[in-house]
Amino acid sequence: MALEIITEVKGTGVPVMGDDIDTDRIIPARFMKCVTFDGLAEYAFFDVRFNEDGSEKTHILNDKRFSEASILISGANFGCGSSREHAPQSLYRYGFRGILAESFAEIFFGNSITLGMPCMTLSRENLNEIAATVKTDPETAIVLDIENRKVIVGDKTYAAEITDSAHEGLTEGRWDPIAELIDNGDAVDKVAEGLSYV
Amino acid sequence: MQEKPKSLFDKVWDAHEVGKLSDGRSQLFIGTHLIHEVTSPQAFGMLRDLNLPVRYPKRTFATVDHIVPTDETHEPYSDSLADAMIKELRKNCLDNDITFFDVHSGMQGIVHIIGPEQGITQPGMTIACGDSHTSTHGAFGAIAFGIGTSQVRDVLASQTLAMSRLKVRRINVDGELSPGVYAKDVILHIIRTLGVNGGIGYAYEYGGELFDNFTLEERMTVCNMSIEGGARCGYVNPDETTYEYLKGRNYAPKDWDRAVEMWSSLRSDPDCEYDDVVNIRAEDILPTVTWGITPGQAIFIDQDIPFPADLPEKDRATAEEALEHMSLTSGTPIAGTRIDVAFLGSCTNGRLSDLQEAARYLKGRKVAKGVKAIVVPGSQVVAKIAEQQGLDKIFREAGFEWRGAGCSMCLAMNPDKLIGNQLCASSSNRNFKGRQGSPTGRTVLMSPLMVIAAAVTGVISDAREVFEIGRTAA
Repeated sequence: MALEIITEVKGTGVPVMGDDIDTDRIIPARFMKCVTFDGLAEYAFFDVRFNEDGSEKTHILNDKRFSEASILISGANFGCGSSREHAPQSLYRYGFRGILAESFAEIFFGNSITLGMPCMTLSRENLNEIAATVKTDPETAIVLDIENRKVIVGDKTYAAEITDSAHEGLTEGRWDPIAELIDNGDAVDKVAEGLSYV
Repeated sequence: MQEKPKSLFDKVWDAHEVGKLSDGRSQLFIGTHLIHEVTSPQAFGMLRDLNLPVRYPKRTFATVDHIVPTDETHEPYSDSLADAMIKELRKNCLDNDITFFDVHSGMQGIVHIIGPEQGITQPGMTIACGDSHTSTHGAFGAIAFGIGTSQVRDVLASQTLAMSRLKVRRINVDGELSPGVYAKDVILHIIRTLGVNGGIGYAYEYGGELFDNFTLEERMTVCNMSIEGGARCGYVNPDETTYEYLKGRNYAPKDWDRAVEMWSSLRSDPDCEYDDVVNIRAEDILPTVTWGITPGQAIFIDQDIPFPADLPEKDRATAEEALEHMSLTSGTPIAGTRIDVAFLGSCTNGRLSDLQEAARYLKGRKVAKGVKAIVVPGSQVVAKIAEQQGLDKIFREAGFEWRGAGCSMCLAMNPDKLIGNQLCASSSNRNFKGRQGSPTGRTVLMSPLMVIAAAVTGVISDAREVFEIGRTAA
């Protein structure tokens, strides 16, 4: 199962700043009544974007200047809370292809990488600067250079981090581990035999 | 040559590691896989798309909890989407020969309550489930963590996961809790102290005098909320309390003595090195409640709601946002805040001992006028024993609704939801914006006894005062 090699992601950004943006915020639980992920795009950040009567709130995600943005910019502990893969699935289907934040909750991070959606961490100071740049000029080109662990915003380059395993997986086209996990079936059975409870 | 001393985490990891993957992660064998109706149907769909079978069907156990209604027992349920999801899980289990604790089995309930209750959860296991509160099972000395749906697929297809080894932080709590202070207060205090993201990259090993003396149910409450502190898993070393709890349960090992011997060998070696150690005194912990929109935004019941300016700079923006959402005022006490709803239940505090302790103090009292109060037992087994003990009567007579088993108002995927900006005194685990079903709804997390105190007074209250607990010694 050959996967796309993801060495960089190019696009424009939208800042949804703040710390501890949780998975209930990213997709409220009431939209998880589904047996496939197909229709989740419209529910991304639903309660952040819409009032209870369905009218649009004044929010950057409803600002037409950012409607083509494919890179989400946020704060610390992004994606905390539930393990629901519905969260990164809804962001991906909404059109995001990469996320920049100060830190990520672990389960969210893993779920995103397995979808081929890179999550890179930057310093708070740099994120605030990037957010300011993007707000001033929504057309600013952003490049997530995964290979070289940096982010280029307009004509400025910022140092960015990504875990070694995610770096390896994305740049070598192995971000979804299923094929390798299945290939090792004999070794798996051997470990199972050594466990008294299996 | 003696082997290097190891923590339980490392012993269990080493026993389950299949090898290294090409991206540098470990391939980890998952001994026990738990599934439920919300995060598994897509995984079965992926298996069908890839034409893959379930590799170890006997190592996966299923139940319905997230969306199952707690006030109707006949199918089809009035929510057709929920009904479809439950039927989908039933079919997937049948097609793949997976044990399913169905709604009429008498054993259905919240996945993190029935695993331990049935004796499926045991020391030394690796346990995964598509739910972040899987950390609960660590109370038995298992390494247990939440996973996403693609990983549910991975476990179904290979019984393994791609994972990076975690660091281990030992959290010692010595001393004794004062009367009216519970395991829930302990974990809220730990999260408040270490931060909601302090545990990223760590497994939390809880130990010390307090945990040695805790029951398994108290240990589960603490391990359950490890994820709210950013730690994907949390555990307590197994001991006699653990073995006593498991003995005689449905899935307990037949060769009992051998199992106990093996389990005992898995305890962290006394001189093992931890990546970090934190020491907390039990006496310093008081009844704790949240005032904000993260579980770390918590104070003792006798404290005032903080001014953002008094908090560390990095916490101020979230604090401002929290105060606005909660409609609370800095510098005023949280005690006395009016509540609309009282919710007792969830994988954090929906076990028998939670219900018993609540009922003990609730007996003979009434829920305050205007407060909607519901109690949702964590499983059908919990409900049955509680009913045998007459707890349901105590709750009903007080004005609580006595419901069927499920997650209910913890995440409000079923009809149990807050309306508008209602404020809920809740024994659950998350106070995120919109968590309890209304985007403007407000959640205050607390122990079961504090929920009961709020229910009978109609305001957030110090349960020690309401029920005159521990006042004589003063």
